[in-house]
Amino acid sequence: MERAAKKPFFHRVGAWFARLGKSIAKPFKRFGLRFKNGSIYTKISYLLMGFGNISRGQIGKGLVFFLIQVAFILLMVLCPTINNTPLGYKAYINIVTLGTNEGDAFTHGDNSTLMLLFGVMMIILTFVFIAVYVANTRSSEKTDQIVKKGETIYEYRSDMHLLVEQYSEKLSHLSLNKEEVLAGLVSRTDQLIEENRRLPDFRDKYVENLKNALEKLEKEDASVDVAKKEILKVVDQEAKELIALPAFKDDLHSLLDGQFHMTMMVPAILMIVIFTLLPTTFMICVAFTNYDAAHQGTLFDWTGFATFVQIFNGSGTEISKMFFPVLGWTMIWAFIATFTNYFLGIFLALLINKKGIKAKVLWRTVFIMTIALPQFITLLAVRNILSNRGPINQLLINLGIISSGVEFLGMATSGLTARITVLIINLWIGVPYTMLQTSGILMNIPKDLYEAATIDGANKWQMFRSITFPYIIFVTTPYLISSFVGNITSFNIIYLLTGGGPNNPGYYAGKTDLLVTWLYKLTMDQMEYNTAAVISIMTFIITATITLIFYSKSKAFNEEDSFQ
Amino acid sequence: MKGELTVVQDQREKTASYKAQKTVGLIFSYILLVILSIVWLYPILWIILNAFRTELNDQGDLIGVVVSNYFPKRVGFDNFKTLFTTTAFPRWFLNTLLVASASCVLSTLFTLSVAYVMSKLEFSWRKTYLRFAMILGLFPGFMSIMAIYYILKAFGLTHSLFALILVNASGAGLGFYVAKGFFDVVPNSLVESARIDGATNAQIFFKIILPLSKPIIIYTALLAFTGPWMDFIFARVILGVENKESLTVAVGLYDMIYGNHADTNVFTTFCAGCTIVSIPIVTLFLSMQKYYIEGVTAGSVK
Repeated sequence: MERAAKKPFFHRVGAWFARLGKSIAKPFKRFGLRFKNGSIYTKISYLLMGFGNISRGQIGKGLVFFLIQVAFILLMVLCPTINNTPLGYKAYINIVTLGTNEGDAFTHGDNSTLMLLFGVMMIILTFVFIAVYVANTRSSEKTDQIVKKGETIYEYRSDMHLLVEQYSEKLSHLSLNKEEVLAGLVSRTDQLIEENRRLPDFRDKYVENLKNALEKLEKEDASVDVAKKEILKVVDQEAKELIALPAFKDDLHSLLDGQFHMTMMVPAILMIVIFTLLPTTFMICVAFTNYDAAHQGTLFDWTGFATFVQIFNGSGTEISKMFFPVLGWTMIWAFIATFTNYFLGIFLALLINKKGIKAKVLWRTVFIMTIALPQFITLLAVRNILSNRGPINQLLINLGIISSGVEFLGMATSGLTARITVLIINLWIGVPYTMLQTSGILMNIPKDLYEAATIDGANKWQMFRSITFPYIIFVTTPYLISSFVGNITSFNIIYLLTGGGPNNPGYYAGKTDLLVTWLYKLTMDQMEYNTAAVISIMTFIITATITLIFYSKSKAFNEEDSFQ
Repeated sequence: MKGELTVVQDQREKTASYKAQKTVGLIFSYILLVILSIVWLYPILWIILNAFRTELNDQGDLIGVVVSNYFPKRVGFDNFKTLFTTTAFPRWFLNTLLVASASCVLSTLFTLSVAYVMSKLEFSWRKTYLRFAMILGLFPGFMSIMAIYYILKAFGLTHSLFALILVNASGAGLGFYVAKGFFDVVPNSLVESARIDGATNAQIFFKIILPLSKPIIIYTALLAFTGPWMDFIFARVILGVENKESLTVAVGLYDMIYGNHADTNVFTTFCAGCTIVSIPIVTLFLSMQKYYIEGVTAGSVK
């Protein structure tokens, strides 16, 4: 590991790509070798799914594979339509053209949205089918292996029969006792295993059974013939058990044991694929089209990186000019929100946990009320309290600070007023979270650190500055990062308080709009889907970069090494 | 050496001026806490006060709008009566209860399953899944909202509570980190000894691990149950606002004051609705806060 780190950067990048290439090529190689080395049944399985299983008696399992193949082929060929848009192979063609028929008053035109959606759906479905297909070849290969093992065992079995014949003569003369017979049979078994270099797992069980059989015979004082039969029965029984193919019942049972992870993961993954992966892929695709308000209800088409380019050089419509201002405010918001929450949260935690403060639980409960209550209630309450007829304005008027009601939020005359107000209200929502998280950490600070500091004559402030604070920073860095990312995508506060306002004249994004609230408006209200999709991708790139840079350095992550 | 210094410190603590300083510090802290508590509780109290506000306007109707005086001049249950007679609130409440309960069961099941598998079972694509979940989890949630809407529409599932339950539960397989952290701490020897005794993986999970996991089950279920009460973005897109019978409380109440046909005189009715919604949620949350705090704290240092 250390030596690898010293190698030049490009060398490491090269090695990384080589590894990547190898790990991609590996399954293909195995797939090919499986065909080459497989039995004729396995080879047919490459064409007719489930054949390898059905032909050797594993009807249930094979039938499942076969039915999946039939269903997939039927879907591909018949192309059933939903809302006049076909699935199947036509969906593949449609995702390329995104529709050609404009339609008129009498006929239905093509629906580009559904064509794109179904295309993505078919691609995902095809990948799932390929996975099942590969599983089918693997299943047949596994059956091959068991059958092959069985053949070896049968050779071995006939060999053992011969051996028992030889020994039974000796048994009949009673010139040998039980131990000697056993020793003879076992040494011959070992010799056969040595020659075959197979079945070592067979040996122990076999010897054990032989021993039991002989002991039983000795007790019952059986004749030589009975002894011979008994020993052969052991050999046959062992052979039969070892070559038995798992029945469908066993396969189902393994879902509760060896394959338990499949039982647990498949339902969850299915939901993720339908409700997260499919929509996300769809939206990524939309970023490369001209699906905007003007193309709502008519056909849209692939435009490559055009939307990205428009947003970056601000050359397009008014919308694309808003990207950098909104991004800038999002970053300022995330930065200020994270740090103000963080420091005030720590302050509040220290205050509540201070020595001598009574009823700590009660104080804590007061502050977590904003977590316990739905935000649509708390934030809408604040919005109305701050409205120009609300109690705060009245208070300011009574105090003589202002003469008539002032707008603080969405209708404020200056964007700065609204921005400062949302940042302050964000404290009200966010500080309790930090308070909870740092409370636990504060109680875990090693006490001896303080003792040592007291001995050195440090005062309270010095102790806070050089012990408490660095410790908290050290332990909470992961939290700091995740809350920064969380603030970039914090939706409720802006949407419920200001709705993004005050509005920019003639523009689509308001002065407090973050990337996410803007993105919501662009999709739900303005139907500028392609711009929204590009903004989503940008948001993803920003949050992913921050997260990955941090996590690749953090210890917890490297131990798990889930990303290398 | 150390003993001497402790004596010095003790003496310092005993001096009157030090004691006085400490008392002043405490009083100051209490004052600060009281001020902060007022700031934190005031908006909540204000909502409750407005729910009981029954002042009349010039026409003799309930005033309904935001007014500047803090304390209502006339109180009563009229707003609650309006809420139950003129809006579909009781229906919204039942809808939300249904969605929340079903989502809670499904989400908890998915979250704990994935977390346990990721933490304790070994299989070939475990790391692949961790990577996949992490990357997918970084996409903003409502990036997909429009596409989800079209998927549901293609299958005729929009405006249905069932679809909302499915969408709520669908994210569970990605948000397993806190629960995984919990299972990571469960000793492996527990699993191994059960294996030696011949237990299947399913038996280990259901009969050994789950009974030990009360804190994380409660934490996961609490979040999964309160989530649908609080969420109004996904609910609003999926349920729409046209069919008033099929809304959840969040969508219904938001639409009541900020919807397209919002009436200006419904603010106090809205507050009455909020008060009723808050009671079960806050009670549940506060009685389970121990588990919530455990989960949050574990999540922060992970």
